[in-house]
Amino acid sequence: MVKLLVDNIEVEVDEGKNLLQACLDNDIYIPNLCYIDGINRVSASCRLCFVDIEGVDQPVTSCTVRVEEGMVVKTDTPPVRRLQRTALQLLLSVHVVDCGHCPANKKCELQRIARFLKIGLKPKRLEQFLKEPGIDTDHPFLDYYPNRCVLCGRCVHVCRNSRERSFLAFARRGFDTIISFYGENEAPDLSCGDCFACVEICPVGALVPKEKEVP
Amino acid sequence: MDTDIVAEDQAILDDIALRLSDFGRERGNLIPILQMIQQRHAYLSPGSIKMVAEYLEIPTCEVYGVATFYNQFRFHPPGKHHIKVCLGTACHVKGGDIILENFERKLGIKDGETTPDKEFSMERVACVGCCALAPVVVVDEDVNGHVAPSKVEGIVLGFQIEKERQEREKQENESG
Repeated sequence: MVKLLVDNIEVEVDEGKNLLQACLDNDIYIPNLCYIDGINRVSASCRLCFVDIEGVDQPVTSCTVRVEEGMVVKTDTPPVRRLQRTALQLLLSVHVVDCGHCPANKKCELQRIARFLKIGLKPKRLEQFLKEPGIDTDHPFLDYYPNRCVLCGRCVHVCRNSRERSFLAFARRGFDTIISFYGENEAPDLSCGDCFACVEICPVGALVPKEKEVP
Repeated sequence: MDTDIVAEDQAILDDIALRLSDFGRERGNLIPILQMIQQRHAYLSPGSIKMVAEYLEIPTCEVYGVATFYNQFRFHPPGKHHIKVCLGTACHVKGGDIILENFERKLGIKDGETTPDKEFSMERVACVGCCALAPVVVVDEDVNGHVAPSKVEGIVLGFQIEKERQEREKQENESG
């Protein structure tokens, strides 16, 4: 066990534990989207979990840090908040804000983090940039909404873990990046109908089970 | 016509199947294999992507993900005439995106696609090295400078007239 000081609160955690997980376990909330508990190689792609650590020049992503004895961590310094707000605004600039029609409304991580960081869901300083088409209906059991997706990669991870191979993957690059089912939606033994792990782990409402057609 | 296309696809797949044995089944060989297919057949067909996925035992969607990440891979067969619209800095400033849009509307295809009659294929490129002529379009080997929307019409019309002339000559030869 090691002791560390987070926001002037002393916490005791297992040695070598992930700093983000250690804080979350001790009820100290740090915004995060792409982190998955128990994963060996974190992607650190959402850029939301920044913290300041004493002795380190600049804020660092807490999901890539292992706890050490005597670490002094601050989760709410102005540089940290500035980075987090910018990262969230960048995510929101490619997000269609239509919460009233979104199944994730009120349980959406983006809403929660925006409230936590005290920023609006429609940041004015960035131009909105949406993908075409706004929905992918190729999958027999799922619908995918690229303009809701935050590209955290949780669905790809959970699919690979629960099914031995992934039926989802990232495709394309940059602003065009999407989650794709390419070639997998035709598989005759596709068992997505009994799984939906990807829908469950999605922090927003990007993956939605298809509504059953009324016979 | 349809049977021709099926036969063509099959020929491509047969060729790839022959060459795959040159590669080991490690994940690391994915890009070299895709490059080999692109080099021999100029594009990655859905069938060939599936075949590579089965050979390396990687999910098809992952192979597609890797292939779409890189600009060097194409997913449509090249047309008879290949149009490259430059969107480098100078051409961008001079409205290269408008020219691209003009071609897209005129041919009814998007960047990276091929017309259904396989006459034209189009892609956007970044700088062809003659920025003084911006905006630039390279059709097959010909460089067209200072392209305006009217010139786009002219380029496409030129090929259509040429094609009609050839067909007429062919008919005349057959009948005569």
